[in-house]
Amino acid sequence: MRVASALLISAVASGCSGNQSALDPHGAPAIHMEHLIIGIVAICTVIWVVVMVMLGVALLRGPRAAADTAKSEAWLAMTVVAAVAATVIIIAGLTIASFYTTRDIGVPKSDALTITVRGQQWWWQVFYAGADATPGFQTANEIHIPIGTDVHLRLESADVIHSFWVPSLAGKQDLVPGRSNSMLLRAEKPGVYRGQCAEFCGLQHSHMAIMVVAEAPADYDRWAASQRGDATMPADPDAAAGRGAFLAKPCAACHTIRGTAANGTTGPDLTHIGSRLTIAAGLAETTRGSLAAWIADPQTLKPGNNMPMVPLTSAELQNISAYMESLK
Amino acid sequence: MTGRDSTDSRDTGFNDGELDHRLASVWSTPPGLWGALSSVDHKIIGRRYISTAFVFLALGGLLALLMRLQLAQPEARFIGPDRYNQIFTVHGTNMMFLFAVPVMQAMAVYLVPLMVGTRNIAFPRLNAFSYWMYLAGGLLLWIAFVLDTGPDIGWFAYVPLSGPQYAAGKRADIWAQMITFTEVSALAVAVEIVVTVFKQRAPGMSLDRIPLFVWSMLVTSFLVILAMPAIMIASTSLILDRLVETHLFNPAEGGDVLLWQHLFWFFGHPEVYIIFLPAVGMVSTIVATFTRRPVFGYLAMVMALIATGVLAFGLWVHHMFVAGLPRLGESFFTASSMAIAVPAGLQIFCWLATMWAGKPIFKTPFLFVIGFMVTFVVGGLTGVMVASVPFDTQVHDTYFVVAHFHYVLVGGAVFPLLGAIYYWFPKLTGRMMSETVGRWVFGLIFAGFNLTFFPMHILGLRGMPRRVYTYQPEMPWSALNLFISLSASILALGFLLFFIDVIRSARSGAAASSNPWGASTLEWATSSPPPPYNFARLPVIGSLEALSDQSTALPVATGLRVDRRELLVSSVVEAIPEARESSAGDSIWPLWAALATTATLIWSIFTPWAVVWGSIPVAIALIGWFWPKGVPEDES
Repeated sequence: MRVASALLISAVASGCSGNQSALDPHGAPAIHMEHLIIGIVAICTVIWVVVMVMLGVALLRGPRAAADTAKSEAWLAMTVVAAVAATVIIIAGLTIASFYTTRDIGVPKSDALTITVRGQQWWWQVFYAGADATPGFQTANEIHIPIGTDVHLRLESADVIHSFWVPSLAGKQDLVPGRSNSMLLRAEKPGVYRGQCAEFCGLQHSHMAIMVVAEAPADYDRWAASQRGDATMPADPDAAAGRGAFLAKPCAACHTIRGTAANGTTGPDLTHIGSRLTIAAGLAETTRGSLAAWIADPQTLKPGNNMPMVPLTSAELQNISAYMESLK
Repeated sequence: MTGRDSTDSRDTGFNDGELDHRLASVWSTPPGLWGALSSVDHKIIGRRYISTAFVFLALGGLLALLMRLQLAQPEARFIGPDRYNQIFTVHGTNMMFLFAVPVMQAMAVYLVPLMVGTRNIAFPRLNAFSYWMYLAGGLLLWIAFVLDTGPDIGWFAYVPLSGPQYAAGKRADIWAQMITFTEVSALAVAVEIVVTVFKQRAPGMSLDRIPLFVWSMLVTSFLVILAMPAIMIASTSLILDRLVETHLFNPAEGGDVLLWQHLFWFFGHPEVYIIFLPAVGMVSTIVATFTRRPVFGYLAMVMALIATGVLAFGLWVHHMFVAGLPRLGESFFTASSMAIAVPAGLQIFCWLATMWAGKPIFKTPFLFVIGFMVTFVVGGLTGVMVASVPFDTQVHDTYFVVAHFHYVLVGGAVFPLLGAIYYWFPKLTGRMMSETVGRWVFGLIFAGFNLTFFPMHILGLRGMPRRVYTYQPEMPWSALNLFISLSASILALGFLLFFIDVIRSARSGAAASSNPWGASTLEWATSSPPPPYNFARLPVIGSLEALSDQSTALPVATGLRVDRRELLVSSVVEAIPEARESSAGDSIWPLWAALATTATLIWSIFTPWAVVWGSIPVAIALIGWFWPKGVPEDES
């Protein structure tokens, strides 16, 4: 177990974070929201400073004149009324600004590229729909989108409520069992944008990240084409042995690898797991070492997750890790 | 009038010493354990309530420290996810249901009867019952937590995570049933406060002479009465789903997941004002006393309290902006959520005007009020921010919101409460708290609080979600989290000093006079601490500033009997005396009723038959409680 942790830490130390900040926006909805956030924060800061100055003056001003209280009370009443009026005007302005920003981040047109994201405890199942000639495909914990295009996300849940949040691209939207929610996702420039589940969903809510990879349309098409294909037979002998071990062990009962007999649906589709940036919903960068650490002891790295520890010999572990890495 | 009711049983016939003696013999709680368990004196129950709530505050604070220890560094292995989820759930549940609401009601249980000039709270036995129910609910939660079966579903207990399919065991049931305990006790106190304020005010205390703290507790009590049924329906439905498979929240069987959220937040948002409005009353009271003048704009302040109370029921959807409701409908709730800034702003401006026109005296209670102004305005403004739908979709369920509501609840309610403890401690105990220590307490808590919670705004904007037991080292959050955890120790030190000061002062503080601050409300017209009967002769009120207008002693109303517990019932608007009403004597039955109810409620999370069999001991206890005493109810 200690070895597994050590392996994992060395795997993640190289870093694969991507952007995950509302203040570092790279998509139209997030950019609109950043403008609104900065505007409202600026106005509120000014208000706070003004109120604090009023407080300071009220507390520390010089000796009070005893005379003419009636006049000073009337003056105070005028000031209070003016301050309340100013409050009304400011919040009316903020409400209107908020309303217009809401319109700008609305749901995209129906002809946009549609991706279905299904939240699961504690990973993201992603479906790309097929068209007439091209089949659809399934992936996990990673979404690729073409830049400069509106993408329509359909959000569903297989179990409890989750929330899809990639702050550098858009605000969050819940994945609610029994419902289908929609949101607009859009990236203006290529990059990896990290997000993570924002609605408390149980034991491993903390380790439920998703990567959005935005790339030029041509790159996106290449990626989609390769994802549509089945897994190929690995050339490397270790990996080929790993394929055999994978199919012989309980792994195949929960995972699908298209092109093999593995067709379990409980866990993520692994057909192209080697092409993904991370494993276990953003837990670690995809390397042979991190794959081995994860397979050897998933419960230490992500306590409570639904992947059991499958007893393997060290050779089997090595081979299966090599096989996973080869599934580009 | 009966023949027995001759003048020698009325208070008119006695000199002061003899009157005190006779009233004391009628109203005193007998010494010993039995007396303590049977007492219905609102001051004894109020003190007990306040002390218990502060014990829960300390326990909840310890949980917060454990969380900060775990989050001080990334991927820490100090606390696992299962325990951490219990910790943050119990922290939130404890602070909301076992500390914040009860402590505010407890302050009212102690203070309202004194401030309106009556001898005991209305329905004193119900008051005793409500305390025992509250204590039982608190013990249920904490014993479960110690036994590692504490709820782990968040204080909001969203379905389906809290439902039968995803929350195995009894953890979620313990949460839901603990809600029932605290709701029963909160509703009971709310009814007592409403009746005490409406029907037991001293003669002459017309509606426009009610102290602002009493007004705030009146509005709060109505909020409790209107909001709590929603959560009782929700928690009971959850138990039904879990125990007898009603599927109310199960989408696969036609139930609805969002129904839970609507019910929960229809209660949950007014809950914030149930905590905040009493604090507003405390601030008004302290401001008036320490600026040596009445609060500016009494009528405006009362209207703001009522407006806040009404608006509080129209904003719950802003907790659900990312749940997928129609955007246009959400915009309505943006407007209503922002609108509540108007009455809040009005109150701030009125306090500022009061400070401007008055002569500030910088004693510890007033320092806490200044701290309140500084921090609550931050919390109010971030509240305006999260009211905006687009803003909220970025910060919802992040540390920004954690920062926001701690600014509102700690800055907006706990600071005034601590000020109120320093302010009313002499009345509660007859001893003063230390002014020197008080300044240190204020400084540490104020600095520690802001250093701990302000950086959380930034963490949230930089992408850190709430309710995570850890975060990965590659995320740029480690430094701020370590800073926050270190700052939390300053905050904890401040509270530690506060508790030390309370215990030390209660034992050996300087003796307090009846009115050490020169305040103008009625509780200061009697000794510190007050005698069991509160006032030997009931005061008659001629103005809002009951005490300051009287250069000599208050005029008094007489005619109450001294051979049994009796208080004066007055009219709602003008507080014109209407009748003499007997007030219930000490009784052990509220305790038995609470024990029977407790057994029934806990048993009923295991089998629905508990409701049937448990009703028998409850009925027996109630029969004992209401057994006729042969005393006429009231005499006009």
